Amino acid sequence: MNDDLQLTDGQIEIILSDLIEQYGYDFTNYSSASLKRRIQRLITMDKVVSFAEFRHRIQHDAAYFKRFVEQVTVNVTEMFRDAHFYRTLREEVIPELATRPLIRIWHAGCSTGEEVYSMAILLHEANLLHKSLLYATDINPTVLEKVRLGMFPMSQMKQYSENYIQSGGRNDFSKYYIAQYDTAKFDDSFKTRIILATHNLVSDTSFNEFQLILCRNVMIYFDKELQDRALELFDNSLEKLGFLGLGSKETMKFSSLVSRYKQLPNKEKIWRKMS
Amino acid sequence: MQPDFNIVLIGGSAGSLSRVLRLLPHLTKKLNIAVILIFHRKEDEDSVLHDVLAHKSEFTVKEVEDKDPIERRHVYIAPADYHLLLEKDLTFSLDMSEKINYSRPSIDVTFESAADAFGESVIGLLLSGANADGVDGLRRIREEGGRIVVQDPRSAEVPFMPQQAVDRLSIDLLLTEFNIDDFLSLVTS
Repeated sequence: MNDDLQLTDGQIEIILSDLIEQYGYDFTNYSSASLKRRIQRLITMDKVVSFAEFRHRIQHDAAYFKRFVEQVTVNVTEMFRDAHFYRTLREEVIPELATRPLIRIWHAGCSTGEEVYSMAILLHEANLLHKSLLYATDINPTVLEKVRLGMFPMSQMKQYSENYIQSGGRNDFSKYYIAQYDTAKFDDSFKTRIILATHNLVSDTSFNEFQLILCRNVMIYFDKELQDRALELFDNSLEKLGFLGLGSKETMKFSSLVSRYKQLPNKEKIWRKMS
Repeated sequence: MQPDFNIVLIGGSAGSLSRVLRLLPHLTKKLNIAVILIFHRKEDEDSVLHDVLAHKSEFTVKEVEDKDPIERRHVYIAPADYHLLLEKDLTFSLDMSEKINYSRPSIDVTFESAADAFGESVIGLLLSGANADGVDGLRRIREEGGRIVVQDPRSAEVPFMPQQAVDRLSIDLLLTEFNIDDFLSLVTS
């Protein structure tokens, strides 16, 4: 580990400005400690020996640029992660949405889609899936392909099934997927309600109005300035009385928007837009 | 931004809680430091750990939320199932990426990011534990000008982790049951 190439902060800045010029991807407002660690990890994995080589490769090899984005953005996610969060969605949020003729939900930074399918299962169990649309967006087109397939590792299903039960699920979780060797293929009826699109929270704008936006453990990779931008974007994309759900260690408390929002009881990380 | 106080990082795993509980009463208001705890543990033990530690010292105990500021006379707890990173603007960032040394939070990750951001203002203390997490982090702290302390493996419930550090690194202080004053003067100088 010690003998690997270590980039300086200045060298990282050069790479980041190359990415903006060359590809229009702006990582400059990502949390710098975390971003540096991810880039350093890639350098170790790929046994990069010099800064010049690394820079040249990102600039001139589109496939390597794709790898860079995939490896530097974090794609760790789970179904029904934080069971109490899903229990609150099930018991307090979804009943509020039930009377709407069309329910629109945005999963911003959806990664490989485990949370999108979790949400689809909740809506199905509330008998609302047929009139719901789940917009799943991510900066990284490769992960969206995985959402489209609806296939997750079989090895995770025991954990997900436990999470599901803890979230108040009453069915046999295994009825929602078909086991195919080492993957679990989720029912196609979920997929028909999911709309996929690439969307960059750094540079893209609002594209619809939603009753519920979920963006969990995505903004932890942003600095405060970029978090503010993303929260403004969510605010512009949320109906009055709509809900915004964040990760279990994330908060709206640093945002000026917080005065117009009301956090649900028990410090659950769901805020309702009051005005 | 170089802080005008030292940042003391304490990493531990199996068997280290009792050592921390004996250390906390020594944290009095006159100490100009911030303390950050990185413990390997299960996710559902978060609030338990906070409650156990809350009133053991004169410092404010807080489990970290994303972008919380790093302030003196606080004890910060790394939340379960996230890596904890320190940013140069004296805030925390969380990171959910892959486990390191089978651990999230990983002691190495926090130690390395603190060393990178705050160099000689950092003191790393490695306690009892059963894997090698923390040793690379201590080395980074040392390389960036900080100081490193290791619990005497003979007094550790699970000596593997501190023993790894003692074998592989030259350390500034071996923490025993009897030299807590040396530790306190090291972390405040």
